[in-house]
Amino acid sequence: MSNSILVFVEQREGTILPASLQLFTLAQQLATEQGGQVCALVVGARIGELASDCAALGPKRLLVADAPPFRYYSPRAYTQAICDAAATVGAQTVLLATTALGRDVGPRVAAKLGGALATDCTSVSSHNGSLRIQRPSYCGKCIAELELPADGLRVLSVRPNTFAAPEPDAAPAAEVEPLAVDIDAIGSRATTLEVVKSDSMHKDVSEVDIIVSGGRSVGSEEDFSILYDLAEVLDGAVGASRAAVDAGQQPRDRQIGLTGKVVSPRLYIACGIDGAIQHLAGMRGSRVIVAINTKADAPIFSAATYGCVVDLFELVPLLAAECKRLLAADS
Amino acid sequence: MRILVVVKQVPDSRASLSVLADGSGLDKAGVRFVCNPFDEFAAEQAVQLREKRSDVDEIVAVTIGPAEALQTLRTTLAMGADRGIQIVVDESVMFDELYLARAIAAAVTRDEQGYDLVLCGKQGIDNDAGDLGPALAEYLGLPHIGAIVELVVNESGDRANAKRQIEGGLEVVETGLPVLLTCEKGLVEPRYPSLPNIMKAKKKPVETVDAKTLPGMAEAAPRATFIGLSPPPAREACTIIEGTPEEMAKELVRVLREEAKVI
Ligand SMILES: Cc1cc2nc3c(=O)[nH]c(=O)nc-3n(C[C@H](O)[C@H](O)[C@H](O)COP(=O)(O)OP(=O)(O)OC[C@H]3O[C@@H](n4cnc5c(N)ncnc54)[C@H](O)[C@@H]3O)c2cc1C
Repeated sequence: MSNSILVFVEQREGTILPASLQLFTLAQQLATEQGGQVCALVVGARIGELASDCAALGPKRLLVADAPPFRYYSPRAYTQAICDAAATVGAQTVLLATTALGRDVGPRVAAKLGGALATDCTSVSSHNGSLRIQRPSYCGKCIAELELPADGLRVLSVRPNTFAAPEPDAAPAAEVEPLAVDIDAIGSRATTLEVVKSDSMHKDVSEVDIIVSGGRSVGSEEDFSILYDLAEVLDGAVGASRAAVDAGQQPRDRQIGLTGKVVSPRLYIACGIDGAIQHLAGMRGSRVIVAINTKADAPIFSAATYGCVVDLFELVPLLAAECKRLLAADS
Repeated sequence: MRILVVVKQVPDSRASLSVLADGSGLDKAGVRFVCNPFDEFAAEQAVQLREKRSDVDEIVAVTIGPAEALQTLRTTLAMGADRGIQIVVDESVMFDELYLARAIAAAVTRDEQGYDLVLCGKQGIDNDAGDLGPALAEYLGLPHIGAIVELVVNESGDRANAKRQIEGGLEVVETGLPVLLTCEKGLVEPRYPSLPNIMKAKKKPVETVDAKTLPGMAEAAPRATFIGLSPPPAREACTIIEGTPEEMAKELVRVLREEAKVI
């Protein structure tokens, strides 16, 4: 019977994304509620040992599509790999993390297999075999609830940090099964030539659990250094409002919000960010939000967990020093 | 070269939105509806291609949505598209972008000529999903490149180079045409249509078609059923931390560690 749950495990440069590991918690929940076995697929080029990291999360079957054309993401090749894996394990549900790749490939997979799709889910529950999902919509101003049917394929992408990753099990159950994908049959005309890494010194906002974000009032690229200092102490990344990006204080790939990136870190520290609705659209899903702003009635405070009404230039360096002291005491 | 631009009407991002009491949808009273900002990038890119090259024969704009979406289609025509196709659907299907993509594919494949470039926005700011572009590419049997921030089409109009934004970098992708591209902020700055162009757009041809009458769509239904909308869960009130900056720093670090357990 086709009722397996296939977890698509995304890796980047040899590391599995935490957001992909978190999917195993949901997969296990669905297996308990609806039956079916949890299976996993890893796609890439020369990914060797990675697969064993997945095996410890308990999939019953572990498929690996390891071939040079998978070095870079290609919509059609990855779609083919996921569709082939879904057929191989008899998947009824395919789980992806909501990343740039997950958002890009999920719709193609669902369209190709005639399935149902829900992108960026923040809650998933079983109802007599069907799935009730919730997902933020209208710039995060509303939550939409959808039902994906009990019959046919269902493709879900899940917002990072919606679930906690399961503890790795010492006794992996699955052997690695190579998945041969007939890539030539796809005949795609699009090829990725290269990936130009931006500013590899610093982490990207989509890769971290803690984000220190700055607004226009930070003032200049140099002044952003106090935010980078705090981010470094916390092993996080720096984000920015659109106003700060438009003023040239930060590169565009750091922009958080409606026309930037949507993030849901464990901790988001907004420094001198007013909290415009389009900015909130990108970070409202963060677990804990700290607002640092001189204006007590700035809208950011209504979204924040903790607030400090103070000049960011006074507080941020002190905060970095205090965190450093704390973390040094830990080790 | 023929270019198809896909546009959708969405609530203005500045609007504060509320949900109807029965959760059946958005309370539209007083809400301004606009062209999805990412779709404006797509329309602008199409028009710029025509301005830069001599081989763009036609730009067709297609929209899908309730009848009022015609207004957005007219704006795209005012930006420079030549004619429009308006696909009318019931609002309840707007949450299933796979269904919308199928209907668009059904509408545009009636025309055997096909398109060399299909341009969409990266995502709609209504569903915040971005499913439509990649799904449409699949239904049309085209490759696609998602979230592009730069596009160069070669002189002979059969190959293109695009840069797309991914986590931590830019991907440089080369493709043959036809191809579907989804447009990200930074690609182009959309123009404001001039008054004469707005007037001209009123006379441009628009075909209005009910989705159900399109080939293969009579029996089609969304696979994802819309259940309802609700406001986002209220966050707990913000705890304001007082004191001198030094005291604030100490207390903030303490609560982040001991109460919130996030550092
Ligand atoms: C279609 C559309 C899409 C958009 N997309 C985005 C998006 O993706 N992301 C985004 O961020 N915005 C987006 N915007 C823009 C958004 O509306 C706001 O203009 C922007 O977020 C404001 O940025 P800001 O908070 O840095 O600047 P401002 O609004 O100028 O706010 C500055 C804040 O800093 C505070 N401040 C000043 N000095 C200090 C100090 N010394 N210490 C502490 N606080 C201080 C002020 O009190 C104020 O709250 C979009 C807008 C539109 C129309």
